[in-house]
Amino acid sequence: MPIRRPQISLSALGGGEGRGEVGEIQASPDRTAHLTLPVADATGPLPLPPQAGGEGKLGGYRPTRRWILVAAAGAGLPSLAPKATATEATLAEAIRELTGEAPLERGRVTLELPSIVENGNAVPLTVSVESPMTEADHVEAIHIFNQKNPQPYVAAFHLGPRAGKARVSTRIRLADSQRVVAIARLNDGSFWSDSADVIVTLAACTEQ
Amino acid sequence: MARVLINLPERAKRGEIIEIKTLLQHPMETGYRLDSNGAKIPRDIVNLFACTYNGEEVFRAELFPAIAANPFIAFSTIATESDELVFSWTDDDGQTRTETRKIIVE
Repeated sequence: MPIRRPQISLSALGGGEGRGEVGEIQASPDRTAHLTLPVADATGPLPLPPQAGGEGKLGGYRPTRRWILVAAAGAGLPSLAPKATATEATLAEAIRELTGEAPLERGRVTLELPSIVENGNAVPLTVSVESPMTEADHVEAIHIFNQKNPQPYVAAFHLGPRAGKARVSTRIRLADSQRVVAIARLNDGSFWSDSADVIVTLAACTEQ
Repeated sequence: MARVLINLPERAKRGEIIEIKTLLQHPMETGYRLDSNGAKIPRDIVNLFACTYNGEEVFRAELFPAIAANPFIAFSTIATESDELVFSWTDDDGQTRTETRKIIVE
């Protein structure tokens, strides 16, 4: 995250009118009139809505304006979604909480989800894991995570050799088009995963 | 809690893998929705489902609000002997709904 932020903010500054402002500050810091002008323009056309306009009225706060640009660019996703939602970060955190230091390997797990869902209120989901399901080699648990629901957890299924086969089905809610991740924990302590991207046309959970 | 649907074979061969499908009628209220006055509807979900066979737990599921209303869960188990399968759903208030089904293993 700390690496990504400057990258995004830099491109925003370079692409928009930010570059011009930086130049002006360096050349002559006392040209306040010039500095307010581009901001007044900025409220008119595309790029930065209320923050830049409100900032322009303050006039003198040149570094602050840049910080707001940086903040708006860097924190773009959270500010667009004011509700508390699971994000890539909370998803990664939830997965790390489960796996700890153990590596997460791809394969063995098959996550079946429709790729386009009309109604996010009930999305059929099936997870199966390639495993002989014997006492010596079996799946202990299957965890389901999501990327954009209000919380990253969906379900955790605990099974063992008596299951015969590692295959579980349920129906889940999806609040947005997003990625769903299934992780299987084997009795030898290894973790295997699969993920699926789903496009949801009618969202669930927070609507209504 | 209300109606329950459980689908499993009445008879099975010893050692056969049988599939069990369960469905419980329950709103699975997420706690994120608002009512008509804008007040939050409190969370009310079934957070635990378990199945025991011959007194031994063969399957357990922890459920979160992202599980759809009327939770449907399908899983499998090996038919070991003629006995009872006990299914239980526990909600946020700690109330448990229990259902028992018999299976004949030949």
